[in-house]
Amino acid sequence: MGKISIIIDEQNIITNEGSTILEAALANKIYIPHLCYHPDLKPAGSCRLCLVELDNGHVVTSCKTEVKEGMRIKTNTDLIDKIRRPIVEMIIANHHMDCKNCPRKGQCQLQRIMAFMKIDKNRVRRLRLPDKEIPIDDSNPFFYRDHNKCVLCGICVRTCHEIVGMGSIDFAGRGISTKIATFGDKPILESNCISCGECVVRCPVGALIIRDFRRPVTESKTVCPHCGLGCGILIGIRDEQIVNVRGDLEHPVNKGLLCVRGRFGLSFVGSDDRLYSPLIRKKKPKSQRMKLSSESDNIKDLFEEVSWDDALDLIAKKLKKIKNSEFAMIASLRCTNEDNYIAQKFARVAMKSNNIDSANRLSDSPSLTAIMESGVIERLGDLKNDLSDAKCIVVVGSDITKSHPVISMKIKNAVSKGAKLITISFKETDFTLISDIWLKPYPGTEAAVFMGMCSSAIDANLHEEVFIKESCQNFEEFRESLDNFTGGRVERLTGVPRELLEEAAEIFATNYPAIIFWSSEITKYSNATLNVSSIINLLLLNSKNRMIPLWEKNNTLGLCISGCLPDHYPSLQPIKDSLAGELMERLWDTNLNTEPGLALYEILEQAKGGKIKVLYIIGSDLILKVAPYKLVRDALKKVKFVIMQDILINDTSQFAHVILPATAFLEKAGTFTSIGNREQRIEKVLNTREGLLPDWRIICDIAKRLGVEGFDYNSVKEIHSELIAISKTKYQTHKYRFIPIEFKATSEVPDMDFPLIFTKGFNYMNDSTSHHLEGLRVLSGRELIYINPKDAMDFNIEDGQEVIVTSRWGKINTWSEISDKIPIGILVANLADKKINQLFNPVVDPISKTPETAICAVRIDPLKKRRKIL
Amino acid sequence: MNDKVTILVCQGTGCVSGGSERIYELLKSEIEEMYSEQEIYLKKTGCHGFCQQGPLIVIEPQGLFYTKVQEEDLKSIIESMIGFKEPVHKLLYRDPQTGKAIPFYRDIPFYMKQERAILRYCGNIDPEEILDYIEVGGYEALKKVIKDMTPTDVISEVKKSGLRGLGGAGFPTGRKWEACRNALGDIKYVICNADEGDPGAFQDRSVMEGNPHSVLEGMIIAGYAVGAQRGLIYVRAEYPLAVKRLKVAIEQARYEGFLGDNILDSSFSFDIDIFQGAGAFVCGESTALVRSIEGKRGMPKPMPRARTTEEGLRNKPTLLNNVKTFANVPLIIKNGADWFSKKGTETSKGTAVFSLTGKVVNCGLIEVPMGTTLRKIIFDIGGGIPDGKEFKAVQTGGPSGGCLPADMLDLPVDFDSLKQAGSIMGSGGLVVMDEDTCMVDVARYFLDFTQRESCGQCIPCRLGTKQMFNILDDITKGKGKPEDIELLLELSESIKSASICGLGKTAPNPVLTTIKYFRDEYEAHINDKRCPAGACRINGVRP
Repeated sequence: MGKISIIIDEQNIITNEGSTILEAALANKIYIPHLCYHPDLKPAGSCRLCLVELDNGHVVTSCKTEVKEGMRIKTNTDLIDKIRRPIVEMIIANHHMDCKNCPRKGQCQLQRIMAFMKIDKNRVRRLRLPDKEIPIDDSNPFFYRDHNKCVLCGICVRTCHEIVGMGSIDFAGRGISTKIATFGDKPILESNCISCGECVVRCPVGALIIRDFRRPVTESKTVCPHCGLGCGILIGIRDEQIVNVRGDLEHPVNKGLLCVRGRFGLSFVGSDDRLYSPLIRKKKPKSQRMKLSSESDNIKDLFEEVSWDDALDLIAKKLKKIKNSEFAMIASLRCTNEDNYIAQKFARVAMKSNNIDSANRLSDSPSLTAIMESGVIERLGDLKNDLSDAKCIVVVGSDITKSHPVISMKIKNAVSKGAKLITISFKETDFTLISDIWLKPYPGTEAAVFMGMCSSAIDANLHEEVFIKESCQNFEEFRESLDNFTGGRVERLTGVPRELLEEAAEIFATNYPAIIFWSSEITKYSNATLNVSSIINLLLLNSKNRMIPLWEKNNTLGLCISGCLPDHYPSLQPIKDSLAGELMERLWDTNLNTEPGLALYEILEQAKGGKIKVLYIIGSDLILKVAPYKLVRDALKKVKFVIMQDILINDTSQFAHVILPATAFLEKAGTFTSIGNREQRIEKVLNTREGLLPDWRIICDIAKRLGVEGFDYNSVKEIHSELIAISKTKYQTHKYRFIPIEFKATSEVPDMDFPLIFTKGFNYMNDSTSHHLEGLRVLSGRELIYINPKDAMDFNIEDGQEVIVTSRWGKINTWSEISDKIPIGILVANLADKKINQLFNPVVDPISKTPETAICAVRIDPLKKRRKIL
Repeated sequence: MNDKVTILVCQGTGCVSGGSERIYELLKSEIEEMYSEQEIYLKKTGCHGFCQQGPLIVIEPQGLFYTKVQEEDLKSIIESMIGFKEPVHKLLYRDPQTGKAIPFYRDIPFYMKQERAILRYCGNIDPEEILDYIEVGGYEALKKVIKDMTPTDVISEVKKSGLRGLGGAGFPTGRKWEACRNALGDIKYVICNADEGDPGAFQDRSVMEGNPHSVLEGMIIAGYAVGAQRGLIYVRAEYPLAVKRLKVAIEQARYEGFLGDNILDSSFSFDIDIFQGAGAFVCGESTALVRSIEGKRGMPKPMPRARTTEEGLRNKPTLLNNVKTFANVPLIIKNGADWFSKKGTETSKGTAVFSLTGKVVNCGLIEVPMGTTLRKIIFDIGGGIPDGKEFKAVQTGGPSGGCLPADMLDLPVDFDSLKQAGSIMGSGGLVVMDEDTCMVDVARYFLDFTQRESCGQCIPCRLGTKQMFNILDDITKGKGKPEDIELLLELSESIKSASICGLGKTAPNPVLTTIKYFRDEYEAHINDKRCPAGACRINGVRP
């Protein structure tokens, strides 16, 4: 970009060609009053305050006028003042001036303008004041909307359209009644707002204000602990409490953007339910033991506080008594790589057991299994370049806007800049509205869609032959398997018209590089690994294509790479591979058990059968997540000694015998591995309350009490370098594998008795931390099940009625909501997993051993007593 | 026109509201039942312009002019026609001064002193019958264009004529067409701005209702000239009759081959659709109008921005002209640029159409050459002020225009002289005020309109018009403060300079001109708590 020189207020300025006068002035510390300008947004030119005078006497808005070589600009002439002063005075007269009590004070643009222009209050008094006050919209649990302070700069509207891509708010009304409103002028909570708060942070005045607003004293960089994106965040701290969270503008993943959970969902760290001391179960008569409700207060009453020594000695005593096959460990998706590395090392080295798994088995395991099977982990894309370079974006899943909002903002942005979008979702979403192609397969048949796209693209000779020949194997076998996925067959299997499929294939194959996103929505079926393998097959048609599986939890990938898998050592080395075993034995200087361990479901089955004596659960709420609830309960009841290590009390705690309090992510150092295989360091930003230890240190202490060598670490760094050493020595294949696929349906088929397909949508309450955040409970809305209007008519269901949903395995009571976004024959639940888990068939995907927890056949009946929700 | 005896029943909105549809139906059945052997033809026409005297009936070929016709008069009208008897005297127009009956419309001063071009056939032809239009030379211009002229020829002819946009701003039409023709792009649009939103203005509506084909023909020629394939008429949904007649006209033009693919067997294809606006005043502004068609909120785009001729509808080059501008085009092509440019002043050519309303004897729609003085319009055509009252002021250009006092009556009305006097041509509203009109109240009335219709986007317009309205409201209620006049002037300057679009830029005009010419009335309200015109309730009491 060329440089040009201009003169602003007698000051010579060299600036970039193409920048506006306002940008050039602000960059050179020349302040020009402005309200509607924001550096992240296109200029609106609507506040009319940034007027400047050119040497030809013209008065222009500096935010919209580009600089030209030799331009002479005056920012503060008498003429400008004569035009601008009345405007500012009118804004003030029309503004709810209560600066003293306004949370924005000190950061308010209007205050700044008033001070800059030395506004005379006597002049303002000449003006007439507004006659009515508009009530504050306090429906959102995280922020207020105060129309009386709104200056209608439109920054929030443009943020929602240009950056967030939701368009939840816009101008409404005319003249003085103009205001920012949601669709139908409903409270913001009832709109499609995703509460990301991007507008709130950009509001120049006090119209959009975070409810719990306190100014931070210090700010520290770290990584968001919620979904797998690993957004950079700045934690604002005051009095050892989190008071504010901002997006890290320099972070390559989110570039300052945040979602509701990142911005408002971190206060669980300071929750009253935090554990601050080791707990041991009180000895009580057995009869009282199971009478508990799940209230966490009551759970705490079951336990008594003990010293670390007492707790760890007890654990060591119990562990010494059991055989290696009687031990199992559940690692945490929220712990750092170092914590997880130590956890698996403990299981393998101290307990000589490979029975280590995690709740990942319930969601993202098929993705990882398929990625390893095809050897395509290097094809993981990142958000820094791969998304902006992509010519075609494929989005698989229907709730990405809620589950991974920052990604959805970025995808929408890329689409608005011209990338093609193919959406694969059984229901209407905000992506389907902007896609070039929307494929709408029946839930659970996605594999056939991708194979059909492969078939169509290869038939049209749109694959990259050289790359496939040189870098991939198994192509011919794969190609043969495509015979079963001709357009007509796929249409019958999936309901996707063949013309649409062919069109999608052509768009995909001719617009490379493409990037494919998929959410765990398609990995919770008993044929889930096939779904992912078929996506990878499609991906491999072109060498430039990239994939981004949208992991549910922040350290999903890190946990697997750290070795918390029953059949893989760290760095994803298969246990079956004897070379890898030898390598690990040498590194750890011990003999290892070479039998692959049990996966989560198998652990629970074995426990139920009394074969697991000690279960060590780190940072996981199994009751919340695992289907079916009864299996978990029976298994946990049967285990002689359950060790829980967590930061918060949860529903699983009631089954523990000893509970160890660990530090949360803000209280320790380490690394997380996020989307795009990006390893991110986190530092300790909050001081630890006395009595808490990082997970790795607790485990090491137990190991030492067992007299095992190799756990003498002094810092996270030492663990990290050990992990790095393994990744450097690991044995790698360089050829990618195509996977031939034989289509397999999900386990549940509708019939006369169970004519509908039941699926679930994203719900904030499926996250154990959300239970400690009232705001997310409010956002997740009331419990209900969405039903298509025609189905509602056929099954005699009214809107807002209490209904019973019955599957072959169980039944639940809930309420109905009729929605035409849901296709016929499908019910979509807005319910927490804990409630619906009992409905599902207890089958697992034979390849990834992931249980089927997203689909089953049901019937729906109205509850006889018709009770409407008010 | 043929020489058959024809009854023309005005079907303009004014006459329709007076019951002319029923009158037409009754006449029709009466003639069919009782006088079928007589050669009497019956015809619906558009607005005759003299709306105050409606419902109107004209008997051709004589040109007998019947006013305020009621149902019971119909029989006598028909009987008077058989054997050319005496006209029905009680229905004839009477000169308000002398009381003398004037039987033929060409002799009535209201018509006599006009020079009707766009409105020429508005009251003569059936707007729902394309053959009527063709009979008076309609679509000849289009034939000429397609047969003998290149697009550049058309543009230079329009340029030569000196036609300026009649929507209010007066931008040279030929230059606009040329810019659109030269804009890059294969897809181009022609939009007819029929979003006539000024209170009291109904010229565009009358043209669309009275002679819709003239607008279509102008648009088709424009499409040919600029290289567009599609035309759109953005018409207010509050004009149902205009919408209906335009729809009929479009159907008929398609049927006759003037619209659609390969017009008149040429390679030129063009079609027109109707888009009904939702009644926001600001949507008459070009960029707001375009956004409104795109389904967005109608808000003007701030400068600097690309011209609509380069980036208009869906970012394609778009030609946007007013109804009357398009209606002028076939006349210019048919009669030649010189014929057109002979009329009018040095800088404003052709004729201007005004809706003459307020305290004037003859209310209605008039057409005069540009440069006609206000005095001629108000006193010669309009017949002066009724009830012997004194003329006080005339407001031109609708809510954005200014009020001009008696000493400006000899001002020639054209784009530039009005602007100089602090008012605008606007879309052509003329509201006459007499001594009983309070000028502060007038300013208050117009500001009430603009503050309501501000799109709310830019702060000076949204807050400024409301602030000015509140101040004016206070003044008319006797709550004005001595510093208010100065404050109004300060605000006006700021709003004029800072607003994004024409709405805000012109909104202070009524206030500025009334303060300029009638400052004493403001002072009387504020200082003496007195309304000189006796129109305002000061402190809740009517004087």
